[in-house]
Amino acid sequence: MASEFTMRVWRGDISGGEFKDYRVEAQEGMVVLDVIHTIQATQAPDLAVRWNCKAGKCGSCSAEINGKPRLMCMTRMNLFEPGETITISPIQTFPLLRDLVTDVSFNYEKAKSIPALKLKAKEADGTRRMYQDDVDRVQEFHKCIECFLCQDVCHVIRDHEDNKPEFAGPRSFVRLASLEMHPLDEEDRREFLKSDAGLGYCNITKCCTEVCPEGIHITDNAIIPLKERVVDAYYDPVVWLMNKLTGK
Amino acid sequence: MSDQAVAVNRGGPTDKTLRLDAWWVEPAVTVGMLSTFLIYTTWAALVNEHYYAEPYLSPFYSPCLSTSCMHVTLGLFDWPLSPAILILWAPAGFRLTCYYYRKAYYRSFWMSPPACAVRDGHAQYSGETRFPLLMQNLHRYFFYAATLVVLFLWWDALLAFSFPTADGGSEFGMGLGTLVLIANAAFLSLYSFSCHSCRHLCGGGLDVLSQSPLRFKLWRQVSRLNENHMLFAWISLVVVMLTDVYVRFISMGYISDVRFF
Repeated sequence: MASEFTMRVWRGDISGGEFKDYRVEAQEGMVVLDVIHTIQATQAPDLAVRWNCKAGKCGSCSAEINGKPRLMCMTRMNLFEPGETITISPIQTFPLLRDLVTDVSFNYEKAKSIPALKLKAKEADGTRRMYQDDVDRVQEFHKCIECFLCQDVCHVIRDHEDNKPEFAGPRSFVRLASLEMHPLDEEDRREFLKSDAGLGYCNITKCCTEVCPEGIHITDNAIIPLKERVVDAYYDPVVWLMNKLTGK
Repeated sequence: MSDQAVAVNRGGPTDKTLRLDAWWVEPAVTVGMLSTFLIYTTWAALVNEHYYAEPYLSPFYSPCLSTSCMHVTLGLFDWPLSPAILILWAPAGFRLTCYYYRKAYYRSFWMSPPACAVRDGHAQYSGETRFPLLMQNLHRYFFYAATLVVLFLWWDALLAFSFPTADGGSEFGMGLGTLVLIANAAFLSLYSFSCHSCRHLCGGGLDVLSQSPLRFKLWRQVSRLNENHMLFAWISLVVVMLTDVYVRFISMGYISDVRFF
């Protein structure tokens, strides 16, 4: 059964903008992205929106729906009461290009700075082996679709632009965890985590985990274990003493 | 708030938040719960009386290390003030630096941020990169100390099976207080051993878990517990407070212990 909604959509660019209201009829089974496409098709052909797979796997259609960071393609219209006004705004942490499209290049610049996988030497038979038990832990991190909702919601950069040069953000920490915990990797990224990635800026308020559409336990399984590894290297006096004594 | 973060203009909306739900409920409840606990615990720790009703010792005074204790666990020396001060720094420090409670109080007391996608309450932010918040990194040491305290709480729970007799001896028995002390030790154990630092020490710091089967098993068990760390944090907080209330009320004569046998 069709229901009518008022979609309050942000229209503008880096110089500014405003919300504009569109009355739209949503058919049963529609998601927010369908309704945005309906607006494009019938009322605002110049409305800019980034999208691709419509299946929650490409991470393109990130936006803030009634103020909450979400994927538009994974937000069903039946979550809302018929007649309700629904606010759709661009993700706030990154500079606006136009309407609902932002420039997320910050995330790619941060990704470039992460030390890559450094494989251990091959075994005597010329192969490298890893066991499923060791791989299970890092496979969770490979589910990331780079929607950057975690980066968007992270108050460290969302509300403090000046922290951007020093803080890599939760998406980067997921990537770093996948490398740092990799059973075949021998690179030590703890100095990078502490200094370049600014892990200490994270005050573990878990918003990144709350908004992750892939259900990755970003805080518990990536950020906190990385923090503990940094503690091992820099803040644990006993480990420090042991390393001194054993010459590590 | 005067020093609230200014809106960063990147071309989109600059509202404090566009959320329509009651995002403020969670921080408000957290402030209420933690404030109640802090006020009660501070009073109970400093009052230095009614913390023992034989055979039950309040967890806020366990282990009792002063020779002047109403029930001496380890009489190390004579301490003129409340003996609770000697030991409460350990569980207090453990909770204060706990990864879960950090989330709770950073959000609710410090408003950094008060809720997800709600503007930070402060103009400047340096996280845990500087003193004093840099000290949060000592969490594992508070874990060690709090674990010792939990061992003593289990000892107290065992002693709670030994009731005094009229002739000055003791007999085996069980009262409601025994169950209360066991529940308290159990929930505090669950909270302590589901800790993120414990998880790291058990095996989280290893890259190749399969090469250390015992640590891998431990890590897997603690990881399961860790999924409910927040739940254990709240339950143990409430239970430890109620345990003290129960012992205190018996000691003050407000209620009588229910004796099962």
